Amino acid sequence: MNKVIITVVGIDTVGIIAKICTYLAEKHVNILDISQTIVQEYFNMMMIADIDKATVSFGEIAEEMNRIGEEIGVTIKCQREEIFTRMHRI
Amino acid sequence: MLNMFEVIETNHMIEHENLDVRTITMGISLLDCCDSDLDRLNEKIYRKITTYAKNLVAVGEEISRDFRVPIVNKRISVTPIALVGGCACKTPEDFVTIAKTLDRAAKEVGVNFIGGYTALVSKGMTPAEENLILSIPQALASTERVCSSVNVGSTKTGLNMDAVSLMGRMVHETAAATKDQDSIGCAKLVVFCNAPDDNPFMAGAFHGVTEADAVIHVGVSGPGVVKVALEAARGENFEVLCETIKKTAFKITRVGQLVAQEASKRLGVPFGIIDLSLAPTPAVGDSVAEILEEIGLEKVGAPGTTAALAMLNDQVKKGGIMASSYVGGLSGAFIPVSEDQGMIDAVSCGALTIEKLEAMTCVCSVGLDMIAIPGDTPSTSIAGIIADEAAIGMINQKTTAVRVIPVIGKSVGESAEFGGLLGYAPIIPVNTCSCEKFVTRGGRIPAPVHSFKN
Repeated sequence: MNKVIITVVGIDTVGIIAKICTYLAEKHVNILDISQTIVQEYFNMMMIADIDKATVSFGEIAEEMNRIGEEIGVTIKCQREEIFTRMHRI
Repeated sequence: MLNMFEVIETNHMIEHENLDVRTITMGISLLDCCDSDLDRLNEKIYRKITTYAKNLVAVGEEISRDFRVPIVNKRISVTPIALVGGCACKTPEDFVTIAKTLDRAAKEVGVNFIGGYTALVSKGMTPAEENLILSIPQALASTERVCSSVNVGSTKTGLNMDAVSLMGRMVHETAAATKDQDSIGCAKLVVFCNAPDDNPFMAGAFHGVTEADAVIHVGVSGPGVVKVALEAARGENFEVLCETIKKTAFKITRVGQLVAQEASKRLGVPFGIIDLSLAPTPAVGDSVAEILEEIGLEKVGAPGTTAALAMLNDQVKKGGIMASSYVGGLSGAFIPVSEDQGMIDAVSCGALTIEKLEAMTCVCSVGLDMIAIPGDTPSTSIAGIIADEAAIGMINQKTTAVRVIPVIGKSVGESAEFGGLLGYAPIIPVNTCSCEKFVTRGGRIPAPVHSFKN
């Protein structure tokens, strides 16, 4: 497993998740978990995905996520999981 | 499985609370470059640094992209040059050629500072060490990225007062040699007592002789994160306060540990230590002074400041030690005046004096740091300041340092501008009574009685 965390923050619009998932499916990235919530009209989404069998590199996925974010006007970040597990798990 | 609030918390720290990794520092041993021919020595030094560190900046940026955490500085520390150049350098000018080589190598690999233009003279000076010290003003004036440090004492050896006195002069001469830029040369010169071998922070970093051929050290940061965490603990008692600082320090340090391990793996260089220091920057919200004010002081320098800082420093260590098995370097809260907006404000309004800063250095790392003093302060008084600070380190078995900047042509009421991470500093008054007869006695102050532990 090679887990990454994808987060989306921004104004809610139609098709945010669809766009991300379509791209990830094309690149053979397996989505393990999705959770989302709306805080003060802001859409917050977190996705845990496995890029072990991905056909492109982590860098390329991260860049594409940035690009999709800019296109639909939200912030999308793709980070390796360890920064969160190290900080929050002993 | 991670939950969303944890992910949001981490990203909030990075985006809004200035969480970053302050520096990845690669320590490189230059002992195998020693040569009796000066040109050959310079060539070997240049080649070794540019070979070992060629990927340092790229790897730092790659890690930063993978975890989305800023890594502010990538730096290099090398073996004390007084040891490396001893065989080839017969004059101070010979040593300056090595400083220029270091500067060239730093520019080639893209690091912003290279440390290790250093002499360790806590007990005595060899002719080479004395030549290196004498070359410091010229070396710092003719290079941009080279940092210099001199260790003038330790708990085990006592204080080398000849070196203290000489360094008083060198600080002054360095200031004069860079007077066109508010004496910025002194911002790259640190005088230590009990200098650690594995410090990743500039200007005092050097690669000690006890270290391996190459090693990766990481300095974490995060005063802003601690400040925000403490806002939620307003009015609570000390138990809650300490618990909050410890937990936050743990989280910050874990990020540093992750970055250190990744850098070590990707560069193929062993991991050394994490330095737990809370290192401020001039940015608003990235200040150690603001933490102390959040704890309950109207301004830094108020009665209670030393106690608050002692507590803060201790809790940061307790949280950090749990987060990494290899902690070293300086590890404590930094209180550099020019690099911390809260400190600058406190000095400007007269709340914080050099005497109070000296008291604060008894309980935290590292010492009188980035303090601008009047340009006409005699070099013997600078030596006196160094001796006082070194004595605190010697007696308390801790690292202390002095990085003061006598700003030539300026006096109290004016300020010095250094720019960038070095910030700016209002000039602080120094006691004008002389200590010349004391610092020029010559010889050593013996090691304190509690150093005899064998």
